[in-house]
Amino acid sequence: MAHDSLYAAPPTAEAEPGAGRIASLRGLLGSWDAVIVVALVVVVLLAGLTVENFATGRNAQFLLLDLMPLALIALPMTLIVITGEIDLSVASMVGLSSTLMGQLWLSSGLSLELICVLVVLLGAVLGAVNGLFVTGFGLPSLAVTIGTLALYRGLSFVVLGDQAVADFPADWTAAVVRNIPGTSVPVVVVPLLLLAVVFAVVLHATPAGRALYAMGNNDQAATFTGVSVARTKFWLFVVSGAVCGLVGIFWTLRYASARGDNATGLELTVVTAVLLGGVSIFGGRGALVGVLAGVLLLGVLRNALQLADVDANALTIVTGTLLVASVVLPNAVADVRARLHRRRQRQPAAS
Amino acid sequence: MSAYRRGLRVGATGLTIAALLLSATACGGTTRDDTDNDAGAGNQASGAANPNAALREGLKIAFLPKQLNNPYFTVSDNGGKDAVTEIKGEFKEVGPSEASASSQVSYINTLSQQGMDVIVTSANDPNAICGALNQAKAAGAKIVTFDSDTKPECRQVFVNQVTAEGIAENQVKLISEQIGGAGEVAILSATANATNQNAWIALMKTELAKPEYSKIKLVTVAYGNDDDQKSFQETQGLLQSYPNLKGIISPTTVGVAAAARYLSGSQYKGKVKLTGLGTPNQMRQYVKDGTVDAFALWSPADLGYLAAYAGAALASGQITGAEGDKFKAGKLGEFTVAKDGVVILGPPTVFDKNNIDQFQF
Repeated sequence: MAHDSLYAAPPTAEAEPGAGRIASLRGLLGSWDAVIVVALVVVVLLAGLTVENFATGRNAQFLLLDLMPLALIALPMTLIVITGEIDLSVASMVGLSSTLMGQLWLSSGLSLELICVLVVLLGAVLGAVNGLFVTGFGLPSLAVTIGTLALYRGLSFVVLGDQAVADFPADWTAAVVRNIPGTSVPVVVVPLLLLAVVFAVVLHATPAGRALYAMGNNDQAATFTGVSVARTKFWLFVVSGAVCGLVGIFWTLRYASARGDNATGLELTVVTAVLLGGVSIFGGRGALVGVLAGVLLLGVLRNALQLADVDANALTIVTGTLLVASVVLPNAVADVRARLHRRRQRQPAAS
Repeated sequence: MSAYRRGLRVGATGLTIAALLLSATACGGTTRDDTDNDAGAGNQASGAANPNAALREGLKIAFLPKQLNNPYFTVSDNGGKDAVTEIKGEFKEVGPSEASASSQVSYINTLSQQGMDVIVTSANDPNAICGALNQAKAAGAKIVTFDSDTKPECRQVFVNQVTAEGIAENQVKLISEQIGGAGEVAILSATANATNQNAWIALMKTELAKPEYSKIKLVTVAYGNDDDQKSFQETQGLLQSYPNLKGIISPTTVGVAAAARYLSGSQYKGKVKLTGLGTPNQMRQYVKDGTVDAFALWSPADLGYLAAYAGAALASGQITGAEGDKFKAGKLGEFTVAKDGVVILGPPTVFDKNNIDQFQF
């Protein structure tokens, strides 16, 4: 029975009081979230030691500002992917929100505060259209949101054409990049953290959150347990749209430019971050901690490689490889575990 | 179950409201009318220029094009590299793989982090990269734009390829030489509302009104929409409608190549003259087979070369970007900074069968 030494003793609680804790520790280290968090720490340490100019306050500020849109959209995206759906129209919703903000500022004479509220509401409406098609007509979200990806992007060019609106008040554009006094952390990180806490509580500590996992594992079973699958998914798409409206505002103010091609291609980075964070593309599995670590890992890698003068094509290759690895590895690990488990069960019979 | 549903609804509504509140956190009533948009700090021509200052060695000069893997920018960045090598500086080219302003911002931040002396960039958006450029400037970098400018207050110098007057003058002179100074000519443009094209055409008309061109008559302006097929058909149409046509000017790379293709396969080859703005690689075969005598375009390599020298002159204190500052740009000679920190590369390069093989772009 040489094999047995490879595994911890079976958790028989009466025999060994500490065994339960050991098992849960193993579970934690073995989970993909933990892998990503460890990878993040390693990458940050490596970059800090080897890449010149990485470990400075200014760089932290740049890094966090660059990550804001990605991190914000990843929150609702995580919930959507856990239910087994996907929203690929997020970047186009950001673009359309941005151009609408520009057009309203240009021609409506409304106050910027009111415009911001309208833009978030509009984002929610865009999300509701997605939600309606997916839940009301029972269409696959992949197909629906690929359609609205093109539709919303097209509309954003209708709104402003090839023009850009840039004359936003300077105190607003300065406000979004300002740091918390005395630190090099941008103030916009505060609302991000608040939202992250809200999403984490909803996902991990409420019946509604648990229902999302149930839906991801089996829609029908979830329905039989009394969960309103359609309604839940509809609202998730609405929230996704509203967050995209918010990101549209941030994007417009940060770059002081509302234009039709804002945030083009961001949807793929968001999906990459979510999958990298350990959320299963098939639904039913994943946690917000892993996703936030995934977002940071992507951002830190990109930033460090840029500082180390690695060219853009290599950056794209790195991102692609990470995405493939994040999909393949957890499955491979699960597969190996299952096989080992079967072998262990066969062992007593053989001996 | 109903508790679950209520919880869900409360959660979703809460999130939406939170998003709304976050977006409206800043205080009350900023409208477009009550913000007078200050144009920044004006042109940053501060301190005195010392035209006799020597060019510093070892300057770190970075090129940030609109995107990498774009042949036009590869050529201009290589021109910049030649200049940086001449002045014994460190050259670097970085850039996004897609032409977007937001990705340029992250590169500008990186370059400023790395302590570059000069950042030479071609802007994907005149406003979006301003904040990052201003931060880089505050950190000590000199900013030069080329090909596509930002708002003037965000950079010290803009190296512009050519003036509209320069193009009009050049094109009219070329066609006049080729048709012997007399006869009917037509213009084959891009789209009817292309700003650049219309400005050039208006100036060409002014140019043609000069006494030395009195025997040349502009009969029409046709529009090929920068579409190869359409430009080809428009050329055909011009020759049918105006049997006495002696020459065509097509100040667009798509139009001039399509017109050359039509002419080279027709009875008019060599009889009806064609000139315009085109790239040597597209036009080479038509110059060699005698369809086209000469055409023009600015040299992207020279553009990058000049931009690098302008950056070095800024970083060495020879110029500050103020109107009237003068600096030397290696093989290209001396340049003067015009209003708003603009430096003009000069008249376009003319390509004919004698020199076309020296150009690859």
